[in-house]
Amino acid sequence: MKRLFFSLGVILIGTFSLLPFLWFVLTSWKDPTEITAIPPQIIPSFHWGFYRSALDKYGLLGYIRNSAVVAGAATLISIAIGSLAAYALSRFHFSWSRLYLMLLLCVSMFPQIAIAGPVWRILNHLGWLNTYHGIVAAYISLSLPLAIWILTTFFKELPYEIEEAALVDGCTPLQALWKVVFPLAAPGIFTASILVFIHAWNEFFFALLILTYPGLQTLPVGIALFPGEYTMPWGEIAAASTIATLPLIFLTLVFQRRIVRGLSAGAVKG
Amino acid sequence: MKGHRSAFPFLFPSLLFVLVFSLYPIFESFRLSFYRLILTLPWLGQKFVGLENYGDLLTDPVALNSLMTTMIFVAVTAVSEVMLGLGMALILNESFRGRGLLRAIVLIPWAIPTVVSSQMWRFIFNDRYGLFNFLLFGEKTSLYLAPLADPQLALMAIMTADIWKTSSFAALIILAGLQIIPDELYEAASIDGATAWQKFRHITLPLVKPALLLALLFRTIDAFRVFDLVFVMTQGGPADTTNVLQFYGYKKSFAEGMIGYGSAISVGVFLFSLMLSLVYIRLIGARILERRETA
Repeated sequence: MKRLFFSLGVILIGTFSLLPFLWFVLTSWKDPTEITAIPPQIIPSFHWGFYRSALDKYGLLGYIRNSAVVAGAATLISIAIGSLAAYALSRFHFSWSRLYLMLLLCVSMFPQIAIAGPVWRILNHLGWLNTYHGIVAAYISLSLPLAIWILTTFFKELPYEIEEAALVDGCTPLQALWKVVFPLAAPGIFTASILVFIHAWNEFFFALLILTYPGLQTLPVGIALFPGEYTMPWGEIAAASTIATLPLIFLTLVFQRRIVRGLSAGAVKG
Repeated sequence: MKGHRSAFPFLFPSLLFVLVFSLYPIFESFRLSFYRLILTLPWLGQKFVGLENYGDLLTDPVALNSLMTTMIFVAVTAVSEVMLGLGMALILNESFRGRGLLRAIVLIPWAIPTVVSSQMWRFIFNDRYGLFNFLLFGEKTSLYLAPLADPQLALMAIMTADIWKTSSFAALIILAGLQIIPDELYEAASIDGATAWQKFRHITLPLVKPALLLALLFRTIDAFRVFDLVFVMTQGGPADTTNVLQFYGYKKSFAEGMIGYGSAISVGVFLFSLMLSLVYIRLIGARILERRETA
């Protein structure tokens, strides 16, 4: 009886989490008549037509490229800058390190609208609207709190002795960070990178404001603003959505354990 | 190592970003909220009007309705997500074959871009061939509803999409809380003849309470910022029934160019979420830091 209940729970959770998205993925392999069919056709005829038209007619490749460049650059730079800060926060003892961590925590909870206008005007002033570096700069500042909190947590867990030996042998703190802490903290750095990447890949609000030129827009903006005058091109939207989500599903399935650890250890919103 | 002089170069790059792109903008939003500045009426210039924007905000029926809508959204989604998350976490905490797989599957909604899940739910709620209608009414197409165009259903549809997407996040936080409950407690209770319900009620629930609170607070703060779902699924409609605060602020500032008034909305939203964050920091942040310092 108990086992039956339990199995039912497992199936329910699995279906709840997987079914809606699976339905959307199946939609991407249908042909136009199958999409509007009542009763719905569950098994598609595995047409690749929507993928082809998403690529050819809607320029999907460009959105993928923009997303990869923006999320990749934002991740690399935030992790580099974040590691420096996390190193100082976990190794030097100074009075305002606690205050700085709290400030970051507070900043990470700002509603986007509260800073969006001025951020837009700063970027406009610099001529950085509709540029990769403009959106990357915004994303770095959005992901730094998350990166620094997770990295500080991981750096604090590292034994201090090896590093101390390196410092005694005449390494500068920067060399100690690069040669000793970095290799040892690789798992933590990797975890933080995955979370920052997912965050940047999925971000919509700032991308919508900063990237108005279609050739520079990222996948979320492209998918949200999919052009459709009288009927929505659902097949193409489903195809683009599947492609936008594939890298994330891959990361989630492969690095599930790390992601869970990063989210709960840092206890910072991802 | 000691001294903040040697720490400063390490912190400087991050501080620069936080100052320029987070702290300065907040102050600038505050400042602009005291001005009348309308981009579509440039000849009016930028005029200091004191608290006028805030006065307007408090008597603006759309803004008050928007606040109400946001509150309903936050309360319903955060509570549902924590309850669902608790259910998921309880199951994921048991050991069974395929647990790793189920854990990964549960993470999928969390990993999907919100914009993608918004389009997906928009398709499911489609009025002519959506899965929602088929599951409810089968082939009786004359009964089909248009949830996203119906003022009584639109908010519910958006809340469904949010609950689907973020319950797994709540589950992860709660799962971390469940995993630190020592097995001995359950074993001792079993020896004393406690039923499964008694064990849940008197061991699990009290000990997992901090994690539940943490999940609730996280979800509250995040639900308060809902934007993507509304932008894609309803654009705030029908009849403003899904016009949440972040969307209203966005519309005023960016679509209508009412910078001063938009800033007043932004400041309002900011103050609300600052209050929540402070509760969070008091409750959780201090505890995390202390744990680390004693460790």
